[in-house]
Amino acid sequence: MALKTKRSTRIAVTLLGWGIALWLFFPIFWMILTGFKSEVEAVSTPPKLVFMPTLSSYAEVFERASYWHFTFNTVIVSVGATVGALLLAIPAAYSMAFMPSKRTRGTLLWMLSTRMLPPVGVLVPIYLLARNTHLLDTRTGLGIVDMLTNLPIIVWMLFTFFREVPAPILEAGRMDGATRWQEMTMVLLPLALPGIASTALLSLILCWNEAFWSLNLTSSNAAPLTAFIASFSSPEGLFFGKLSAASTLAVAPILVFGWISQKQLVRGLTFGAVK
Amino acid sequence: MQAVVEHSPAPGASARKGKGAGFLLLFPAVLILLVWSLVPLGMTLWYSLLNYNLVDPTLHGFAGFSNYWYLLTDPDFLHSLLNTFILVAGVLVISVGGGTLLAVLYDQEFFGRGIARVLVISPFFIMPTVSALLWKNLMLHPIYGVYSAMMRAVGLTPIDWLAQFPLLTVMMIVAWEWLPFAVLILLTAVQSLDSEQKEAARMDGAGPIAQFRHIILPHLGRAISVVVMIETIYLLTIFAEISVTTAGGPGVASTNLAYLIYSRALLQFDVGGGSAGGVVAIIIANIVAVFLVRSVARNLEV
Repeated sequence: MALKTKRSTRIAVTLLGWGIALWLFFPIFWMILTGFKSEVEAVSTPPKLVFMPTLSSYAEVFERASYWHFTFNTVIVSVGATVGALLLAIPAAYSMAFMPSKRTRGTLLWMLSTRMLPPVGVLVPIYLLARNTHLLDTRTGLGIVDMLTNLPIIVWMLFTFFREVPAPILEAGRMDGATRWQEMTMVLLPLALPGIASTALLSLILCWNEAFWSLNLTSSNAAPLTAFIASFSSPEGLFFGKLSAASTLAVAPILVFGWISQKQLVRGLTFGAVK
Repeated sequence: MQAVVEHSPAPGASARKGKGAGFLLLFPAVLILLVWSLVPLGMTLWYSLLNYNLVDPTLHGFAGFSNYWYLLTDPDFLHSLLNTFILVAGVLVISVGGGTLLAVLYDQEFFGRGIARVLVISPFFIMPTVSALLWKNLMLHPIYGVYSAMMRAVGLTPIDWLAQFPLLTVMMIVAWEWLPFAVLILLTAVQSLDSEQKEAARMDGAGPIAQFRHIILPHLGRAISVVVMIETIYLLTIFAEISVTTAGGPGVASTNLAYLIYSRALLQFDVGGGSAGGVVAIIIANIVAVFLVRSVARNLEV
């Protein structure tokens, strides 16, 4: 009897688990599917689940030279902002993890609090500063803003990873006459490489998907994919096939990155409060 | 005694040297964050006290608190504040409530659980502009959308969601993005729960509901509070989803504080008014931030 109840519960859990998962994922599935439809089939009523797949929407998206331009912008801005933030954050996290002072705690919490400044609160001055320094609608301008926005998260995440590296290993290196620079580059970095990699991944994901500054600080020259997709909100968005193909291409890399690094993302997104 | 005095400067000096190096390594990041957090803040405060319009050079000079007065007595502002609150509260209830239940569900063992989990958290990785247009066009479009087709299939009249229920629809789209975030964080927290503790409770005859109430929920407390606060920070400034679906309309039906500031400053070029709105947004976010920082601080062992 008990076994029977258990079995029926398990079936219910399986059905519920899969049902909810498929329902939540359905829009993404449908987007991928629609990308392979012709424009006529994409708006057929009722919508078709079975159809003749075609690459015509993808071909059209690729033909528009601007698509590569927007992808290029996204890649350059994301990678640039991530590298810049890591260069600033690695020494800072190293210092706080291995040479803590009585101000370290306060510094970390202060960094966290700077992340809490709502972007819209400083939209006006940042927009005007970018305009006056001719950084409006440039990859450099957007990259700097992305880097600064994510810097606190990156310092925090690196800090939590560095603290897991046993200090005696670093001290042993110092005993052998390693300088601080050697200690950092030749002892710490190889040991903390997985942590640094997942930090970089989180930064790439956040930059890639960043929409607020992308929409407000760029228009055409430096517009990344988030802004490019936004341009489909015009009647052009009614070309469902093209919208879907372009969207699928824009989200695919991040979807894969996200799947790979779920666990580490939790740590970064919660500032180490949930592991 | 003599020896102690002689030897004491050595460790002191090395510690000071270490401190110097530590400071130098930390300095660039701290300096740049200090500038990043203080300069725009100061500028926002300053602009909010000025008559400053980008397209009207005749309007200039010190405005005192008139920007604030104008803003606080503007019905659109009050409406946007209310919309902001509804959006934040609605998405929080859906994502945290649903997230807690789903975290428990996906903690159970079942066939293909790993894949199901991946599917559930996927929407969080979709960029905001894509998820907004995906819902606006492919799902909810009154003629071509899948949901409209489903409603027609069961004999109902399709609803033009974004025209009739703009705020509710934006809330649903945003909740679709943030529910997976809550699941991701809370599932991690559930999994860190000692299985022996769950086993012991089961042995003592605690049913699933009692286990959930007395073991899982207390264990999740901190993770839930972290999710609430992080989501609140992001949800206070929902922008892209509104911008590409309703553009704040019809009227100001789906305008939140972030979109209002944007339209004041960059569509109407009213720098002073936009900045006053920015100051209000900063004050609201700071109230939330105090709680978040305090909660993280409790967990920080330095």
